[in-house]
Amino acid sequence: MLKKISKMPFKGTPEQETKLQAVIAECKGDNSLLMHVMQQAQGIYGYLPIEVQKMIADGMGVPVEKVYGISTFYAQFALSPKGEYNISVCLGTACYVKGAQDLVDKLCEELKIDAGECTEDGKFSIEACRCIGACGLAPVLTVNDEVYGKLVADDIPGILAKYQA
Amino acid sequence: MYRSHVLVCGGTGCTSSNSAAIIEALEKEIEAKGLTDEVKVIKTGCFGLCALGPIMVVYPEGSFYSEVKVENIPEIVEEHLLKGRIVKHLLYEETTQTEDIKSINETNFYKKQKRVALRNCGVIDPENIEEYIAMDGYQALAKAVTEMSPEQVIDVVKDSGLRGRGGGGFPTGLKWSFTAKNAADQKYVVCNADEGDPGAFMDRSILEGDPHCVIEAMAICGYATGATEGYVYVRAEYPIAVGRLQKAIDDAREYGLLGKDIFGSGFDFDLHIRLGAGAFVCGEETALMTSIEGNRGEPRPRPPYPAVKGLFAKPTTENNVETFANIPQIILHGAEYFNTMGTEKSKGTKVFALGGKINNTGLVEIPMGTTLREVIEDIGGGIPNGKKFKAVQTGGPSGGCIPASLMDTAIDYDNLTALGCMIGSGGLIVMDEDNCMVDIAKFFLDFTVDESCGKCTPCRIGTKRMMEILEKITDGNGTLEDLDELESLANYIKENSLCGLGQTAPNPVLATLRFFRDEYIAHVVDKKCPAGVCKKLMSISIVADKCKGCTLCSRKCPVGAISGTVKNPHVIDPAKCIKCGVCIDTCKFGAIVKG
Repeated sequence: MLKKISKMPFKGTPEQETKLQAVIAECKGDNSLLMHVMQQAQGIYGYLPIEVQKMIADGMGVPVEKVYGISTFYAQFALSPKGEYNISVCLGTACYVKGAQDLVDKLCEELKIDAGECTEDGKFSIEACRCIGACGLAPVLTVNDEVYGKLVADDIPGILAKYQA
Repeated sequence: MYRSHVLVCGGTGCTSSNSAAIIEALEKEIEAKGLTDEVKVIKTGCFGLCALGPIMVVYPEGSFYSEVKVENIPEIVEEHLLKGRIVKHLLYEETTQTEDIKSINETNFYKKQKRVALRNCGVIDPENIEEYIAMDGYQALAKAVTEMSPEQVIDVVKDSGLRGRGGGGFPTGLKWSFTAKNAADQKYVVCNADEGDPGAFMDRSILEGDPHCVIEAMAICGYATGATEGYVYVRAEYPIAVGRLQKAIDDAREYGLLGKDIFGSGFDFDLHIRLGAGAFVCGEETALMTSIEGNRGEPRPRPPYPAVKGLFAKPTTENNVETFANIPQIILHGAEYFNTMGTEKSKGTKVFALGGKINNTGLVEIPMGTTLREVIEDIGGGIPNGKKFKAVQTGGPSGGCIPASLMDTAIDYDNLTALGCMIGSGGLIVMDEDNCMVDIAKFFLDFTVDESCGKCTPCRIGTKRMMEILEKITDGNGTLEDLDELESLANYIKENSLCGLGQTAPNPVLATLRFFRDEYIAHVVDKKCPAGVCKKLMSISIVADKCKGCTLCSRKCPVGAISGTVKNPHVIDPAKCIKCGVCIDTCKFGAIVKG
């Protein structure tokens, strides 16, 4: 799967870097914790721009090629920033057979972006995700940590309106 | 002592439908009524009937409240908990159909189930180690390390007939004996909680509802195989499960049930959690170990098998969550307890995640050998909206579809394999007449194309080529030769791929070709999608006789493709129509059809 790599300039703060360096200091020396460091870094920065990947590589003493290889291999690692509200539509089988694709289509139409992209104002991003395990509520989408279940495409404008204000 | 216990589901499904707010409201209301010393509220793991969440059960009566809302809470507390009068109109409908109100265990959904792996889910508070201990928790570990030799433990597991529940179906006891045989300075136990099948969630529910049983089983496995360290590799998408497992590990350490010299036996064992990052291939055991080591999760050729050279190149036993969840009961009650359930070659019970077009979506645990019909009609409550049942998909992206005509198949490893399907991790996705089987095959293949790690050519390129042929077919450009090409490519990929992902990736296509060839032929020869799913093959038209000219559809059409005057039949301009189907949904007279 090809990942979209952000062209936006890196805007990390010194506080973020201090946090990341603390994580690295804790894990340095055990390369099996590399993914853990990257997960923490994504928590701190929201995504993994190349600048952050370089810091991790330098800190952990591994080639940046290895960090990049891992970040492109696993779906969880994002190479572009997500919107203030990240909308994640479950495309697991149970949701798919109950019309989850219609939800993605409607979202893309409403926000005028594709899945995997972020709106220009940085407010919304859309991603398709694998099963979140809430199959009883299919089809499901999440906006950040908020879960919406048993949806139809017509529910989408109402959900977006809650966050647009 | 409390006179009443209120169990509220805190699994992912019910949490998503707001059970946390219900617990809060309950506790507040109970305090306001001065019942704090008489009624205890417990947040449990998953009850299984996720479709009706949030679920709440009041004991001792076993009253089953479903789809509970915060505003129902005052009434339930006032009437049921204070005055002892069950609030009938808020109960799960089925329990109120007879004169005596049925308890939760008497409902159709639960009464055919046999819960071994899920026995504590929805029963205990998963975050309280003492509740697990009260349910005979850690007794099996005590029995193993103080009364049994490692060989005896392995023999019991072998005799039980337990086979791997993650998909492979390999005999668990045999697997353990391989690791036990190999001497090494360090061995490992790995629990595979990277539940990748989209549509299966039993592993998550076990970790959320009963995390200690997995910890206990891993320690028993460590004792039997000579390992002192274990790793649980769990999906990062399961935050509730990860949190509860971490708490369970911390509590077990504090109680001396993990760590040095467990039960004074001299046996040491400790556990670590590693989070996955969203890669389906990591469900394959060698890829999972590569990932724990901090690499791209690519599989390794076998042999050497993990029992010889596994995690960090040391002998390793890897089992799935559900497999482990059976172990404490087997050790505690003996091999016969388990091997008297199930069929000749598939012993015990299996948990299935029922999903898709079925009334009772949720988790069910049934003895092996139960028929698909019993699961779908009796337990699952049939298909919603009076639609016709078409097929059930088993085994996720590695499995296949079983048509309605084979509904009396008894579920076990060998029967499903004979149909070109597999039990896999236990996802059962039900499909009705509105689902197109070619589209479903394409959905799964799209998944495997995406998730193929790229290490071996047959899987990386072969699945992509198959995908292109399927797209050609759903676009209306397919030929009959394409079907033969699909089949031969599929068989080539099965035979030549490095790991389980590639070896099973063509199964959804092969199974649909076998049982639903007529649908493929309709796409290829008639250029029609019988279920009306494949948009490029769909045409929508208005039946003039039925159209009343209400104009609703023309107002709703997003592209203005429908024209006509009031009270006269309307028509659709096929050149403008984008086949979104909005008109079909809006028409009150059933006058708009696709075909």
